[in-house]
Amino acid sequence: MAKELLKGNVAFAEAAVRNGLQAYFGYPITPQSEALEHLSGRMLELDRVFLQAESEVAAINMVYGAACSGVRVMTSTSGPGFSLMTEGLSYIAGSEIPAVVINMMRGGPGLGNIQPSQADYFLMVKTAGHGDFHPIVLAPSSVQEIIDMVGLAFELAEKYRTLVYIAGDGAIGQMMESAELPPMQEVRQERPAWATTGAQGREPNLINSLYLGAKALEEVNLRLQKKLAEIKAHEIRWQEYETEDADLLLVAYGTVGRICTSVMREARKQGLKVGLLRPQTLWPFPEERIHELAGQVRGMLVTEMSAGQMLEDVERSAAGKCPVKFYGRMGGVVPMVDEILAEVQKLDEEVSR
Amino acid sequence: MKHEETIFSGFGGQGALFAGQLLAYTGIAENLYVTWIPSYGPEMRGGTANCTVIVSEEEVGAPIISKPTAAIVLNLPSLEKYGPLVKPGGLLIVNESLVPARCERDDIRVIYIPASDIATEMGNPRMANMLLLGAFVQATGIVSLETVMSELEKHLSERQRKWLEPNKEALQKGAELAR
Amino acid sequence: MTVAVKIPEDMELIYEYPEAMTTTYTHYCPGCPHGIVHRLVAEVIDELGIREKCIGVAPVGCSVMIYKYLNVDFVEAAHGRAPAMATGLKRTNPDKIVFTYQGDGDIAAIGIAEALHAANRGELISTVFINNAIYGMTGGQMAPTTLPGMVTTSTPFGRDVRLAGYPVPMSELLAQVEGAVYVTRQMATDLVSIRKTKKAIKRAFMVQLAGLGYSSVEVLSSCSTNWNMGPWEALEWVKEKMIPYFPLGTFKMTDEVKALKVK
Repeated sequence: MAKELLKGNVAFAEAAVRNGLQAYFGYPITPQSEALEHLSGRMLELDRVFLQAESEVAAINMVYGAACSGVRVMTSTSGPGFSLMTEGLSYIAGSEIPAVVINMMRGGPGLGNIQPSQADYFLMVKTAGHGDFHPIVLAPSSVQEIIDMVGLAFELAEKYRTLVYIAGDGAIGQMMESAELPPMQEVRQERPAWATTGAQGREPNLINSLYLGAKALEEVNLRLQKKLAEIKAHEIRWQEYETEDADLLLVAYGTVGRICTSVMREARKQGLKVGLLRPQTLWPFPEERIHELAGQVRGMLVTEMSAGQMLEDVERSAAGKCPVKFYGRMGGVVPMVDEILAEVQKLDEEVSR
Repeated sequence: MKHEETIFSGFGGQGALFAGQLLAYTGIAENLYVTWIPSYGPEMRGGTANCTVIVSEEEVGAPIISKPTAAIVLNLPSLEKYGPLVKPGGLLIVNESLVPARCERDDIRVIYIPASDIATEMGNPRMANMLLLGAFVQATGIVSLETVMSELEKHLSERQRKWLEPNKEALQKGAELAR
Repeated sequence: MTVAVKIPEDMELIYEYPEAMTTTYTHYCPGCPHGIVHRLVAEVIDELGIREKCIGVAPVGCSVMIYKYLNVDFVEAAHGRAPAMATGLKRTNPDKIVFTYQGDGDIAAIGIAEALHAANRGELISTVFINNAIYGMTGGQMAPTTLPGMVTTSTPFGRDVRLAGYPVPMSELLAQVEGAVYVTRQMATDLVSIRKTKKAIKRAFMVQLAGLGYSSVEVLSSCSTNWNMGPWEALEWVKEKMIPYFPLGTFKMTDEVKALKVK
């Protein structure tokens, strides 16, 4: 396939179609509605399931139902809609069935606005619903990467029977960029053995997250935690830029992560040995690598479109081995290269003293 | 190294976003890295519409920039907003027909084109965007005018098909005026 | 716990569990009609020969563990979301029979949006809705269908309609929407009404089999535990007190549904 100019929201939707998406349920919300619009035509053309639900609450529970059937299913939304989905997300996690949820974050709290933001980090990474669970959270920084991550998300969701979130933002959704879509994949016809598809010639299947006995539920939790530990052992992903000789490290993800590649280039032009670590999974988090780098660099600068949420994970990973500073913009403001560069210079001066 | 960070800005309906997209399509056709990002939301509806297009020989980092290397302004509010932001040594292209003001800066190149008037004479005032894009391509040399025209042919909507040739002429005319 | 019944050789088997029912003891209180309605659903599934095609959606409420008692595939929904989950299941399994079993809090309070929209879309699912005018599982609080003046653990002075509104006429509401083709209210208090309820449930499942649209059977039911009454007294109370607010009858039955021959 050749590279073409693709809008983020349309690109991830079409990538899902080509990865064999069998069902999509969603509710319109800016800045991701182009995904729902794209799928409303595409899925029906291909004789697959598309439904505009009456709310995000309903949408995620439709996803839950379809996931119980063992099909590839997805929904997408933005902050306020994601808040509504947390109920269903917890049930899906408790039932250990695969589903993919994309959140193109916008400014909050409350109705906020529709500009790009990363303020749902805590919501997605730390508190995505009641009970002890972690979804895998992927963080794309370009149109190409969100395309690639949709395929990865389905793969991981099915491999571990888990929830996978993609933490995008309004900028990635609205941006057009040259990117390449994957080839059209066949839709998988067979359903997994655990799916509830009618107990034909077998014992009935039950998909459930209810365990009234405390001991029994603890055992479920222990099994879940074991699985999460396995995910943590195998699925941490990040990208490093010029870290070999770096003595200052930028840590940023998503849109801010790519902005920091420009910051790094500018800083290097000024003779500062700046590197960049861009987490591609927010859970599990590249904590060990950041810990290692904390021993190598003089200081770190975390930049986010939030008041400092991933910051807590970076601080935890650096564990006091080097100073960790923060620069953030909120409410949908995207930090500019020169602003972050000024912070890098400030950090350089501070750690030189 | 070829590298332009350009803001296209005007009233909604003046075709700023489409002109930006056409530049982005052209960049891809010439094997360059591109990003196109619009301002979006309520301000799209009838107010100002702008987009940032980056065309570069190297992979694009920040898709949103504070100081463009070039700005194409189709109306007065856009001149007021983006005129002061163009990087020194950069380029400002002004739709003189709708902008009753001059840019006082002497550290950038400013090209004035009465684009809406010429477009009206050519049959459709909405082709002002193509005149200005033609001027931009001529002044920067970031892509070739021929590729812009062939991409226009691919991406002009079915409904606008009858305006293909006039649009090409507008591109050509804009380029001539920037020589 | 399961029941093991050995039939002596000189006796004839005249009554047995439906295949669609497990032989597990239920957790329901003495006198609770849930067990009866579960059995009606199981009998209907057997009679229609659809056990291996059925997917049930369990609610949150007293019948939360219905999946233990019916011998079919089951999923457990969040409170009120059964119709949304059923939508996801049915749309991805169009050749299967998907039903929800819901209580009054589930369908008429927290899940009224999901229920009305599923009905309005004409989802090819069937709903069995148990209305006992109270929240049983959480300990007898006010339900959307609690009667005016009725004392519950959250209306200690009786339901004051100025504070808490009126009983929600769920079946009447469902009947309003185009996608619902069969909406009926029955009760399960005596032999005759139980038979009628079974026939209604069977019709509802047949509606789905025929692909006609959304179908719902409301069943007026008792809760002697939380009503603080003996089982017989509670059943009398259903007839005397509930029916004036929740009249029995069929609120929607399209001609196609009418034409179905229900034996």
